[in-house]
Amino acid sequence: MNSVSAVKENEQISVKKKSQFVDVWKRLCRNKTAVLGLVIVSLLVLIGILSPIIFDYETQVIKTDYSSTLQPPSAEHPFGTDELGRDILIRTLYATSTSLSIGIVTVIVALAVGLVLGSAAGYFGGKVDMIIMRIMDIFLAIPGTLLAICIVASLGNSIMNLIIAQAVSATPKFARVVRGAVMTVRDSEYVEAARAIGAKDTTIIFHDVLPNSLAPIIVQTTLEVASVILSIAGLSFIGLGIPAPRPEWGAMLSGSRSYIRDYSYMCMFPGLAIMITILSLNLLGDGLRDALDPRLR
Amino acid sequence: MSTQPLLDVRNLKKYFSTPKGMLHAVDDVTFTIEKGKTLGVVGESGCGKSTTGRAILRLLEPTSGEVLFEGQDVVKLSKEEMRKKRTEMQIIFQDPFSSLNPRKTISQIIADPLKINKIITDPAKQLERVRELMEIVGLADRLINTYPHELDGGRRQRIGIARALALNPKFIVCDEPVSALDVSIQAQILNLMKELQKKMGLTYMFITHDLSVVNHFSDDIAVMYLGKLIEKAPSEELFANPTHPYTKALLSAIPVPSLDNRRERILLKGEITSPIEPPAACRFANRCPHATDRCRNGEPQLKEIRPGHFVSCFLSE
Amino acid sequence: MSENAKKDLTAEIKDLVVEFRTDYGVVQALNGLELEIERGKTLGLVGETGAGKTTTGLSLLRLIPNPPGVIVSGSIKLDGKDILSMGDKEMQAIRGKTVAMIFQDPMTSLDPVMTVEQQIAEVIKLHEEGGQAEALKRAREMLELVGIPGSRGGEYPHQFSGGMKQRVVIAMALACNPELLIADEPTTALDVTIQAQVLEMMKGLREKYNTSMLMITHDLGIVAEICDKVSVIYAGRVIEHGTLEDIFKNTRHPYTEGLFNSLPNLEDRQAELKPIKGLMPDPSNLPKGCAFCPRCDYAMDICKTEKPGRTYRSDTHYVECHLYNKDNIQEGKVKSR
Repeated sequence: MNSVSAVKENEQISVKKKSQFVDVWKRLCRNKTAVLGLVIVSLLVLIGILSPIIFDYETQVIKTDYSSTLQPPSAEHPFGTDELGRDILIRTLYATSTSLSIGIVTVIVALAVGLVLGSAAGYFGGKVDMIIMRIMDIFLAIPGTLLAICIVASLGNSIMNLIIAQAVSATPKFARVVRGAVMTVRDSEYVEAARAIGAKDTTIIFHDVLPNSLAPIIVQTTLEVASVILSIAGLSFIGLGIPAPRPEWGAMLSGSRSYIRDYSYMCMFPGLAIMITILSLNLLGDGLRDALDPRLR
Repeated sequence: MSTQPLLDVRNLKKYFSTPKGMLHAVDDVTFTIEKGKTLGVVGESGCGKSTTGRAILRLLEPTSGEVLFEGQDVVKLSKEEMRKKRTEMQIIFQDPFSSLNPRKTISQIIADPLKINKIITDPAKQLERVRELMEIVGLADRLINTYPHELDGGRRQRIGIARALALNPKFIVCDEPVSALDVSIQAQILNLMKELQKKMGLTYMFITHDLSVVNHFSDDIAVMYLGKLIEKAPSEELFANPTHPYTKALLSAIPVPSLDNRRERILLKGEITSPIEPPAACRFANRCPHATDRCRNGEPQLKEIRPGHFVSCFLSE
Repeated sequence: MSENAKKDLTAEIKDLVVEFRTDYGVVQALNGLELEIERGKTLGLVGETGAGKTTTGLSLLRLIPNPPGVIVSGSIKLDGKDILSMGDKEMQAIRGKTVAMIFQDPMTSLDPVMTVEQQIAEVIKLHEEGGQAEALKRAREMLELVGIPGSRGGEYPHQFSGGMKQRVVIAMALACNPELLIADEPTTALDVTIQAQVLEMMKGLREKYNTSMLMITHDLGIVAEICDKVSVIYAGRVIEHGTLEDIFKNTRHPYTEGLFNSLPNLEDRQAELKPIKGLMPDPSNLPKGCAFCPRCDYAMDICKTEKPGRTYRSDTHYVECHLYNKDNIQEGKVKSR
């Protein structure tokens, strides 16, 4: 057969059995900014895990020491101390675990709910879409911070309630992004092809639709972790976030604002921490989006 | 022929609702395909040829009509039963670039039908079958773990064919399988499909807008115009004695790659009738050089004017 | 050839080399392409995807996207003037006026928020004296010319069918009565019956205005229909060139032969298709010798190592293939049709 031999002559593409994970990893590593983001995020996670183990909460993190208040950075206190004499370095590091864990847990909850609702709405369309998305619209219509303030104010000021409040306002955003992504993929010929070979709706959603809608979802996820961290910092800043004396970047910023003129280092370090976290998450998100797309190799 | 046709489509209709009214994409189409034969369906964009193919496989739910596959009406099957039926009825898509999931490797794409329908569950045996299928459609073994975007159009279309063949179907709807390909590659794929038909006794419904391809490839040809089947005949008969004025114009419009025997061109004038809520008249009347008042006031029916040659035109009565 | 000087050429491309320099390597789009379009004649440029057809068309307008596209060497003359040495202003004056282009997809080459007569008038105003009113009048005349009632000029592109839109695009291209019209697969997006109408119309217009035309297509049927001369392009080089008669009846190059054999024959439906084996070579990694060598049934040792030069079979017909080398003339190896 002419056609068979013809194809076999051409080109050399190696047959290596490579797992998809290794593939994605390789592509991620080629992207320098993504690697930078990944390194910083891993570092932050490490700090988040280690700092509660290394530092003693009672004696090092929240213990006030009036003999050394408002000290500028020195060898003993590299970031200085705050108005109650607590070491800012230790508090900043310790706060990483609070911020990251709340951010990640919130986003996981919101993502899970948003994924289910969004893909159902996008894939089935019609009435299902109508009902789900109108409900999501109602939530979207309320400003996230305001919603969080209401929930925290009515349910009380605790980490659990903070997560609920943030998740409720993040879910519709995920549902929207997922729905949009799913809808563009839903009508593609390969989805029709999957239906033609007898695949069930759930198989199509999980094997064909979602993997091809990943890019915007991943970007949204990393951005959302960042925005949740930011918004918790904001809530803490106005006193509705993490209850004192547990250290939190936003609360630390808030506490330092009356000293900003004379002791600017106090707000600099928690502010920097927020900035670095959000920047690294965004870099990682962009990199992941590219790495997950085999077309961009 | 006395034997039962493999596919018997009766009064198939598919309407879409649009803001302006019902769009009659496929309107009362009736035809049969014998086992092992190829029916070419030709027509211009928007004539409903692809919709017909998809409605037969129920990738689009038909509005009404019967699709008898080996005597059984597949329109009446439940969703689950239809899913199982699809192992016997397959489709090859037009665009080899968009019909393959870009995130799956070649082997995953070809193994999918086997996995989903639980035909082969052992991964090692699946791989064996994938290799076999790749061999059949002429794909080199080393391509097994590549992604579709790494390949050219011709190879991708071979993957599409392998995927369709994986289930050992009896009937394949080929929706413009070569129109996205270059001529030299097009010929490779057409030859492959012909060879497979001979080897595996496949029955094709070959949808295309390219008349020279359909003439080469099909046993019978059905011509569609705005949702209606207007003429159907064996290929040689259709090219020798085109009867419907549209078929004549269509055949005369093919650019022939030869300097000899140039034919007289029939140029059509007039606006194409809208397929949305069309009037009860011949849909070609607006552009037809021979249209009479009868054509504008009544719809012609498909009639057999010679054995096997069906036409729906008042002029040929 | 010395007689070239005598020919009245609207466009002449000599030894054009165009590269696309990307991060992944250098794509050699055109490798010494030569082309001549005589005044009032139509040249068909035939080839497959990736052969460099569109790049050729864009070079004539100097519209190759840069980066990544770079014109490395060669010369392009329009009406005897070298456009590669022109300034941007000068070049802009030429585009639309001396040379105009019709693109493949009429759906995307019209502005959806402008009426069609405005769009045509725009071109006229750019290149000709006279005000808005006059330009609009000319625009309507142009529409009539391509068979659209002038009264429909106030409509928007979406109100037209595909064939009508392509007519509008053609009207726009012809608005300033260009010397050269480049048509890049102008009918590929259209149905056959509409294609027939558009081709017929283009033929008529060409005769009326004595416009030269470059017809870029993959369809040998269209070439037979409308062209006077044909250049077959493969991997960025013209590998065979001649009159319709030369190419269709005295096919020389194995690739041209392969193209013909790949087409289903309308007269004989039983005839087997004989496809060209293999694929187009990767333009960023072309073979050392003849670019067609890996797919060629007649390949010899010399084909693998040396690029074939041009051999004239007659005054009008040349081919680039070692089969027809001076000391290697093999009549009838590729059967004439």
